[in-house]
Order: sequence, then structure tokens, then C-alpha cells
Amino acid sequence: MRKVRGNGFTRQAAAVALMAGAALAGCGKSDAPTEAAKVVAGGVEKPSLKLGFIKLTDMAPLAIAKEKGFFAEEGLNVMLEPQANWKVLLDGVIGAQLDGAHMLAGQPIAATLGLGTKAEMIAPISLDLNGNAITLSNRVWSLIEPTLPKGADGEPVHPISASVLQPVVQKFRQEGKPFKMGMVFPVSTHNYELRYWLAAGGLNPGYYLPGDVGGTTSADVQLSVTPPPQMPATLEAGTIEGYSVGEPWSQAAVKKKIGVPVITDDQIWHDNPEKVLGLRKDFADKYPGTTAALLRAIIKAQQWLDADGGRNRAEAVQILSRSNYVGADADVIAASMTGKFTFGPGDTRDAAGFNVFFDRFAGYPFYSDAIWTMTQMRRWGQLSVDHDDAWYAAQARAVYRPDLYLAAAKALADRKVIPAAAIPQTDGFKPLDTGFIDHVPYDGHKPNAYIQSLRIGLKQGQKVTASGVTGY
Amino acid sequence: MATAFADIEPVGQAAPETTMTALRKAPAVAVPGTLQLALARHARALLAPLLGIAAFLGLWAALAPMVQTSLGALPGPVEVAAQGGALFEEWQASNEAKVQFYADQDARIAAGTQAAAFDYSGSPTFVDQVFTSLETVALGFVLATICAVPIGLAAGLSPLFNAAINPLVQIMKPVSPLAWLPIVTMVVSATVTSADPVLAKSFVISAIVVMLCSLWPTLINTAIGAASIDKDLLNVGRVLRLGAFQKLTRLVLPSALPFIFTGMRLSLGVGWMVLIAAEMLAQNPGLGKFVWDEFQNGSSQSLARIMFAVVVIGLIGFLLDRVMMSLQALVSRNRTV
Repeated sequence: MRKVRGNGFTRQAAAVALMAGAALAGCGKSDAPTEAAKVVAGGVEKPSLKLGFIKLTDMAPLAIAKEKGFFAEEGLNVMLEPQANWKVLLDGVIGAQLDGAHMLAGQPIAATLGLGTKAEMIAPISLDLNGNAITLSNRVWSLIEPTLPKGADGEPVHPISASVLQPVVQKFRQEGKPFKMGMVFPVSTHNYELRYWLAAGGLNPGYYLPGDVGGTTSADVQLSVTPPPQMPATLEAGTIEGYSVGEPWSQAAVKKKIGVPVITDDQIWHDNPEKVLGLRKDFADKYPGTTAALLRAIIKAQQWLDADGGRNRAEAVQILSRSNYVGADADVIAASMTGKFTFGPGDTRDAAGFNVFFDRFAGYPFYSDAIWTMTQMRRWGQLSVDHDDAWYAAQARAVYRPDLYLAAAKALADRKVIPAAAIPQTDGFKPLDTGFIDHVPYDGHKPNAYIQSLRIGLKQGQKVTASGVTGY
Repeated sequence: MATAFADIEPVGQAAPETTMTALRKAPAVAVPGTLQLALARHARALLAPLLGIAAFLGLWAALAPMVQTSLGALPGPVEVAAQGGALFEEWQASNEAKVQFYADQDARIAAGTQAAAFDYSGSPTFVDQVFTSLETVALGFVLATICAVPIGLAAGLSPLFNAAINPLVQIMKPVSPLAWLPIVTMVVSATVTSADPVLAKSFVISAIVVMLCSLWPTLINTAIGAASIDKDLLNVGRVLRLGAFQKLTRLVLPSALPFIFTGMRLSLGVGWMVLIAAEMLAQNPGLGKFVWDEFQNGSSQSLARIMFAVVVIGLIGFLLDRVMMSLQALVSRNRTV
């Protein structure tokens, strides 16, 4: 008896140990095409989906689509899973642990271009406009606050230019300390917005060497990556003197009295595009019905969030404050979600456009937005060589997919779920945009001319080396 | 705690002079006397640990409010217990939502508005995360044992094999789970390509990391157990002309079992610690992810919830150790019989 058991044990052990790898590898082939093509209600091929998100208020369209039943209406059974940081989230989508995710606009572009992990990805919908802010530590705020021009009410005049930081950066340099600020990811809008603000104020945020993710060559202000929810803790620890991040993490600094928001991204670039829904291209190709259903559900959620001048925002705040979504205290989330934004203590101002999810064509993925992101990649050296204007347009067309958005939005408009006027009549390029803090006009058709027109940044033919910028 | 015990024992024994009086009194209260004595003994055995716990809770409750963080004062035992209750309620609410979900779905399917049944897609609650972690550590531990015991036996029986693997074992043993994690993640992600694998990738990744880190105590102990078998036994085996396989199952395994189980107990302890770290870093479902998510939430209850999770992690680790300890005792007793 014992002999038999022993025999079985060792044999099985060897078999299991040897077969484990083979079995795992074999899983790939079990995905029969007939199963994939099996059409469930409303042409949804894959009803059960897992979407990733980062704990930020601009994931609201996903949480609302789930909690208000918009996913279910479209025949989808969606699980939402918070991710630790943008890198983990991106790898989750590329590695198919996640079917899609709430993503930084730069992520699908960078992945497709091969900056970082290379993978063909698409952005079929933009989730929101604006929603970020730049916060400074109390220490730096106390240094710049006396120098700021004040309005009639005694509060600083907005927008605050980064030029007020120049003496502080100078002071830090004399003390032999680098002036450090945090942002959330090398290809994030937060990085580009912070860089734009600093550069518009005459401070160089540093260039990226080819292939590096540090981006501190020739920097006056050194930027580093910290996951959004850890920003307040990192600021409090004194590792950074300020940060650029989405909500509620600037309001969290106000609540914890560890920092002061100085400028919103809406003030840096009026109505700038923010997060997108990122999908693998092969996912969208293989499951077109699922993708369309997903987009319809998100568009409905976006409309719900902006309905009747923000009537539903209070309920949205309650949903977002649950520990499985954003999880911050409801009053912190409400501080930016309900049309107000608190800068210094007691300095709460109207910010009706701080979070836009549906109005002003917020969902439409404009090619010109993707191209702006790429111009900033070139400006700061993440794209190490020049490309012609046609290349920028071609890349934008590969990643941003207004065709998918329009199909979903038109289906909803036909059913009178959304007004037809909410769908823009456009070729995918916004008209000439002058809503930047330094008023430099941006034309999405002429990215190279735009790069040349920016004050600090790489120009045509320039390269970044360890010793600085070279080229004419 | 041990000193408290020591106090009791000598008093009971070091009373020879009073034995006579005790004997004379004994008949009247004989039965209740022994009962009381037994009760008193248990009470005293429990007294010291209870005192220790009470002192700890008292200190915690007194000192915690003095530590001010940006999330408010550090929570004391009362707040932590309250959050434990809240987590339990969340679990109950989620169970109700689940029942409701399936009821609604059945209704929709019956009405013909939904073609296929879905699994409930609500967020995992704390209790779900506990079970996920337990399942993960169980799989990792079983995999580790399956790998470690045969290799350990081979190393114990063959000095040549032992010499061959020894340097590798010595180098691999101290590697932190966090160093394995990126490698395991990339390999598993590359090998599991199915859109809907039987086991979730994150689950497999965590389990393999647990396995890689908890392999070594079992392996080393098994090797020692197999190598330290009584030479007389081997000689008897030779006289009886036992085959290699019979020698292994009749002689080596039985005498090495206590060592193997000691190793397994250590492995499980290591595995549990590794798992929490791996879940935190890789964001794989489980208690580690719960702790990290709450840290990221940064709400006014987050610290209390994290502390509750810490207590639960400790209790589960303790229980796992106790289970392995009794298994180990069982096996060691069989051996001496």
C-alpha cells in the first residue's frame, strides 16, 4: 500500500513539475475561434470584461457606467480593478490581464511608437477634459506667496506664472540642492503640462536622452515619477517640492495642509484633453461589437456626469469615494468635482470647467490632441529625431480612432439617447488653438512649425546628449 | 509568559511539608479540588498571555492618539475593531448584491433579454481577498513541496548530486521575492497567452513567486533528513535486499518525514510573508493588494483598515503555523512508534 502511494506521489510530482509549463503554454491554443465569434446579445462577442483604472476622479465615467447600469444595458459585465501605477496598468493591458483601461493620453501613443513597451494600442474615446493641477509644498509657497500680485480680494491673481519660482530655484541651487517636482509618468499629460508651465515661466524642466526615462538633462527643475495616490505622501516626506497630478490628490494636499495648488491645467491649456480609454488594437479588431458596446456605455456615463449643469455630481462623488474606486474622503473628492476648486486655504474659486466629461465634445478623440502630445515628446527629447508633418498625422490616425467613437455616438444619437448636437462635425483637427498660458498658437496640421515656435525645447535637428543639447 | 509558568510550577511541587495536611483535608473536597486545580491551572496558563495582550492594547490605545499623521491621529484598537466590523458589513452587503445580481440575471435570461449567464463582477471585499490569499499561498506551497521533496531526497541520498546543487541552492535561497517578481511576471505573461486562461495570470504569478521563495527550507531539511538516516537501517535494508524504490519508501521517507515536515512548516511561514509582499508590489488580488489599495485611498479610515488587515495577516500566519506544527507533531510521533 505504502509502496503504491509512494510510487504515485513521485510520478505525479515529476509529471506535474514537468507539465506545468506545457499546460500553461497550451492555454493559448484553447481559445477556439468559434467561441470568440459567438455573438451574444447586441453583437457583444466578449461580455465579461476587466478594466483597469488608477485612483483618480477622472476614472468616473467607468465607475458611473458600472454603478448606474450603463454597462449592463449594453450587455456587458464589467469588473473594475484599481492598479498601483501607470506602468503596471499599461503592462496589464498589453499582457491581456486587463481588457482595457483608463489611460493617460500619451500611453497608447507611446506604446504604438515604441517608447517603453512596444504594443499596438488604440484610443477610441477620450474620457475627459482638464482635471489636473500643480501643487507646491508649503515651504515653497511661503517663499513665493509674498511676491505674487494680489487682486482686490487680497488673493493672488490667476493664472500664476512659473516665473515666480525662478528666485526659489536660484536659492535652492545656491544651497546646492536640486529643485525637484513630481509627475505621474514620463508620457503623461501631467508631465507635459508641468513642463509647459515651467518652460513658459522660463525654467527648463530638462530633456530626455534617447532611451532614458529620467529626463533631467540641462534641467533647472528635476522631474521624477510618483504614482498619483502617493503624491501627497511623497511631498510630505520632502522628496519633492511640488507635483502635477489629477484629482483628488491636489485637494488632498489642501485637506492635509501639506501643500498649496497654484494652477490648474485648464489655466495652462484651456480645455486640454486628459485621459482616454486605452485598448489593444487586436482586442478592438477581434471584438468590434464589444468595443462599440463599451464606448456606448461610457458615452452614456459621460452624459450622466455632465447632465443639467452637474446635477448628478454629488451622487458621483459618493460613488467615487467608495474604497473600491477612488476611496478618498467624499469632501476631498467633492472639492474639485462640484464646480469649485480650492487653491490656498480659504481660497476657493469657481472652476466650472475643471472636470468636463461630456460637454464641449470631451469624448471625441481629436487627431490634433494626439499630435500635440507627440510635439511635446519631440520638444523634450522622448522622440529623439525629427519627423515630417505627415508622419505625425499618420501616427495620430493609427492610435486615435474617432471612427469607432462616431459609430458608437451616432448609434446613441439615432436612439435619441444623446443629442445629435453633442457629436462634432470635424475632420479630427481642432481649429487653431490659442488657449495656452503663453498664448503660443497651436495648429495640429503643422506640428513642426509649432515645435519651432515654442520658447524652451528642442528645435529642428537638435539632439540631446549627456552633456546637453547639440545641433543648430 | 514563560516566567509566569515557572512561578506556578515550583510552588505546586515545593510543598512536601504540607503534604500531610493536604492529605488529611483531601477526602472532603477531593473531586472539586482537582477540578478547581485544573481550572486554576488553565486560568493561570491563560492569565499571562491575556495580561500581555491587555497591556499591549492599553499601550496602543494610549499612545496611538499621540501620533499625528496627515490622515489624522493613528487609530487605536477601538477604531480598528470598528473598521473590522465595517469590512464585515461590506462583505455582507456584497453577498446580498451578488444574490440580487444572480436573481436579476436569471429573470433576464428567463425573459429572453440576456443570452448567456455572467459571473458576478463586483469588487472583491476584504473577506474575498483573504480567501484569494489563502488559495494562492496553498498553491504556491503545494508546488514548492512537490519540487523540493524529490530534489531534497535526491540530494540527501547522493552526495554527488548534493554537491552539484548546493552552490545553486545557497545562491537562490537568499533572493528576495521582489527580485523574482518581474522575471516571473514577464515569463508567465509570455507563456499564458489565452484570453481566458483557467487560472488568472496574476494568481499564477503570485503562486510561483511564493513557490520560488518557500522552496528552500523544505529542500534543505529534506536533504538533511534523508542524509541523516541511521546507517544500521540502511544495512538492514541491504540484508533484506530491498530495491532502490523500496529503500526509499520503506526506510528513507519514514525517517526523513519529521525533517520534511519541519521544513514545510518553515516554508509555509516564508510563503505567507512573501505572498503579502508580492501581492502589494504586483497588485495581484489578495490581502497585499487590499493593504496597498487602502494606502492609496488615503481616506480618514484607511489607516484603521490597514491595521485591521495587519492583525488578520498575523492571525492567519499564526494559524497556518499551528496547523503545520500539529501535522509535524503527528508525523514525528508515528515515527517513534
